[in-house]
Amino acid sequence: MTISRPLTIDEAVRALAAAPGAHLLQGGTDVMVEVNFAKRRPVDVVSLRRIAELRRWHVDDSTGEIVVGAGVRWSDAEREPLRSASPALAQAARTVGSPQIRASGTIGGNLGTCSPAGDGLPVLSALDASVVLRSAVGERTVSIHDFMVGPKRSVRRDDEIIVAVRWLPTSGFEGYAKIGVRNAMVIAVASVCLVHDPRSGSVRVALGAVGPTIIRARAAEEWLRGACDLRNISTVTAAMTAEFGERVRSEARAIDDHRSTRNYRHHGVGVLAARLLDRARKAT
Amino acid sequence: MTDSPEFFRLTVNGESRNVTDAWLGESLLYVLRERLGLPGTKGACEQGECGSCTVIMDGDAVCACLVMAADAVDATITTVEGLTPDAMLTDVQSSFLAAGGVQCGFCTPGLVVAVHHLLDVNPNPSENEIREAISGNICRCTGYGRIFEAVRMAREQRVTVRVRSPR
Repeated sequence: MTISRPLTIDEAVRALAAAPGAHLLQGGTDVMVEVNFAKRRPVDVVSLRRIAELRRWHVDDSTGEIVVGAGVRWSDAEREPLRSASPALAQAARTVGSPQIRASGTIGGNLGTCSPAGDGLPVLSALDASVVLRSAVGERTVSIHDFMVGPKRSVRRDDEIIVAVRWLPTSGFEGYAKIGVRNAMVIAVASVCLVHDPRSGSVRVALGAVGPTIIRARAAEEWLRGACDLRNISTVTAAMTAEFGERVRSEARAIDDHRSTRNYRHHGVGVLAARLLDRARKAT
Repeated sequence: MTDSPEFFRLTVNGESRNVTDAWLGESLLYVLRERLGLPGTKGACEQGECGSCTVIMDGDAVCACLVMAADAVDATITTVEGLTPDAMLTDVQSSFLAAGGVQCGFCTPGLVVAVHHLLDVNPNPSENEIREAISGNICRCTGYGRIFEAVRMAREQRVTVRVRSPR
């Protein structure tokens, strides 16, 4: 086995080009579980932990986008100043594992693993984020909606590393809610992120752990847009939040598995979506 | 597949330690216990869920089972053995004993490290902050009440007296 420990993104993509199929290591919170249980025995590993440029975030002055490096950890996302810049990401971060996991696990690693239950993914979906990928031959930017293609499957090529995620924040409410079997140390049974964009008069709602990929409940979004004037979120009524929850529920495509049942998950995303919309309409 | 034994160096408890004949994919937990003779760090779930293997790495409390040891060669690592230089009990360990926060003892080293980390970064944590800080450490014996009491005792001691820093 080999391990390469680059200090820059350029070194990392060269190391990856030199060792095709190498396993990328960020915080290790997913990879090492597979290694410890002998489900994976990597031949080559490229560790991204020491790449300082991946660990930073900033606001792009020219576009206003928030750009978060793939090595930004959950413990960074849950604290200031990133917390205020992205409240939904901070709320999702707070539900990830334990303090120990959050001090290791990264947003890029969440995308790399690409589990439908990954806590960061519904947030990035509701934010209409883009994923920046780089290889030795160049850089490309992929919409989060095209990035994930199945459970633990993405369009990332073997020669690419995830460099950053970027999105244009709205001036409206954003929130994340999750159901698990207890409050700490839990993988999502169902999760929802809701983002309100007052400028375009829309609400975006993304569902986690209720399908093979993150699901955007676009029919429910459209219905709500037609039911009231979302440039002013306080025009949403209590009755609308309930119907919105029902409509979101009908767009889930969950399965029964060891963590929960299809029916409970569908019920769960409906309740969470209605709850988040209620928070949004009362937040103003 | 190449599985040649490799050589690397870790900085543990202030000492540079050679790791020889390890497979590079081994976890820090395994290397600490089986290669470096530091069995204070406990292994139970090996998937980051129990907190028994909590160590301090570059100022963060992390699960040693989720760290690839060969990726930690430039890190500063403190294990439960390194919290005090002279085999004396630390203030946190004394509080665990005084409060009855130790029963079978298996989770204790991980909890002690997590509590040291908490009190080092936040000397006067609230009740919720205490609960949050040890939410990743599972104890099947105590029901946690006496562990919370131990943390409160250590907190009060640090607030009233300047206790010797473990590091």
